[in-house]
Amino acid sequence: MSLKIAIRLARGAFSLDVDFAAPSPGVTALFGPSGSGKTSLVHCVAGLARPREGRIALGGEVFLDSEARIFVPAHARGCACVFQDARLFPHLGVDGNLRYGARRAKAPPTEEEIAGVVDLLGLRPLLARRVRGLSGGERQRVALGRALLARPRLLLLDEPLASLDAARKEEILPHLESLARGARVPMLYVSHAIDEVARLADRVVVLTAGRVTAQGSVFEVLSSLDAGEALGAQGLGGVIAARHEAIDERHALSALAFDGGRLLVPRLAQPLGSEVRIRIDARDVTLALGEPAGLSANNLLAAEIVALRRAGAGTVDVRLACGSARLVARVTSLSAERLGLAPGLGVTAIVKSVTVAGR
Amino acid sequence: MSALVLSPAEAEALLLSLKVALVAVLAALPFAVGAALLLARTEFPGKTLLDALVHLPLVLPPVVMGYLLLVALGTRAPLGAFLLEHFGIRFAFSWTGAALAAAILTFPFQVRAIRLALEAVDRGLGEAAASLGAAPLDRFLTVTLPLAAPGLLAGAVTAFAASLGEFGAIITFVSNIPGETRTLPLAIYTAIQSPGGEAAAARLACLSIALALLGLAAAELGARRLKRLVGL
Repeated sequence: MSLKIAIRLARGAFSLDVDFAAPSPGVTALFGPSGSGKTSLVHCVAGLARPREGRIALGGEVFLDSEARIFVPAHARGCACVFQDARLFPHLGVDGNLRYGARRAKAPPTEEEIAGVVDLLGLRPLLARRVRGLSGGERQRVALGRALLARPRLLLLDEPLASLDAARKEEILPHLESLARGARVPMLYVSHAIDEVARLADRVVVLTAGRVTAQGSVFEVLSSLDAGEALGAQGLGGVIAARHEAIDERHALSALAFDGGRLLVPRLAQPLGSEVRIRIDARDVTLALGEPAGLSANNLLAAEIVALRRAGAGTVDVRLACGSARLVARVTSLSAERLGLAPGLGVTAIVKSVTVAGR
Repeated sequence: MSALVLSPAEAEALLLSLKVALVAVLAALPFAVGAALLLARTEFPGKTLLDALVHLPLVLPPVVMGYLLLVALGTRAPLGAFLLEHFGIRFAFSWTGAALAAAILTFPFQVRAIRLALEAVDRGLGEAAASLGAAPLDRFLTVTLPLAAPGLLAGAVTAFAASLGEFGAIITFVSNIPGETRTLPLAIYTAIQSPGGEAAAARLACLSIALALLGLAAAELGARRLKRLVGL
């Protein structure tokens, strides 16, 4: 079962013209700058907007087919939305909001299942509260719970964290991660924050000015040089799924292993053996020929250059294969020439900084 | 002490006024919600015409409205005769006619208040409800209407107050019959017209003022409670 989307939509000067599939189960991230059409696309999938031309189907069920004149209204699609602004019903209270979708589900959740979601999102202390006094983070947790309890066949998340500060984001991201890992509900996740995408997504669809400019697995797309422009200065880098292999208590370090080598990071809270997703920004990777000596950096990875691409005035992006993982290094064009960097060349990647996601 | 007790005629006029105003407001309410909904949430050809029609009673002299009602619904008028013959409904010279006149004249107040309230309800909430499986009527009843309730109340209170004071249309359409169509304003007018009726008119005027103040206070209290209830 997968979500297939092929639509054309014009609104004034803006036009959306996309054709892609989001496999299910799994998390597909729609990534792109604001104004790239992400929200319009989600509205079309949810049934809140009706494109003149196109076809949208989830598994065997057709939501929209302009040729066959099929348009399933939003309430009959089973696609629950979590919006950036939460959109909780102010007159219903937290419990009433949570049960709104549950009551209308084709197979309503049992009291036990409701309690399960309430506990998963830590909503028990909020149940008797009114919506008005909730913080931004609390609102989004309630909105997420409300959407889950509607038992959707597809969960649409439209920048659910965009209006929150970093601390509030950290309050919600782990919940989203455990949902994504459970992967019982396929998710379409709209975001323009690369760290969220790297943490949550299985697949990434990059949207630029209403067109799909890159798509594929999160590991491929975020390290793809072609997508570099669309991903922006902060976007390009490697995403690696690694295993928490060992802990060095004396130096407060954790060792993460993947098929391309080992990385040391500050001691993790995750149990040994758990899978951890890490992201390495292109600007945090330095290249060396041969095995450099006398470095303070702990993380050296043997890699082979896959491709190079000029990134701008004086800089070159270098895509590296490190086992099955892909990394990117952003170096100056001077060093690229000096070292004679070319596809097929073996290099040592010196990793200065690693961002560990919770998963 | 006896000065504070209402005479039977005064009590009759007071109760009749309340009855006429209440029925006028309640009977017009569903139509007002419908019209407000059309004006606030839809686009259709002739919308400007509907808007003008709704506001017509506001600019038309009440006496003209009463005259038009008499022409249309008098017992000898085709429509009035038809209603009387087939449904036993009689508006002419009856309190129901007074209520109808009041309902039509205060209709714009209700529509305006409800329309503003509907426009103020965030449409994003309706979208959220739809994505959670609520069909259009369901969404309207469980999200839009409760959130617009304070506006509904405000419109109803204004219409009720205006109905209590309606004079021209009522006296033209259903005349001035004690116990049937003689509401407070008509009773005051009658008292002023009769010799030595000044004291009676003053008492009735005081009664009207007390009623108005009481209504205002009750409306304010009700609006506050309702707003708290819907979390605004």
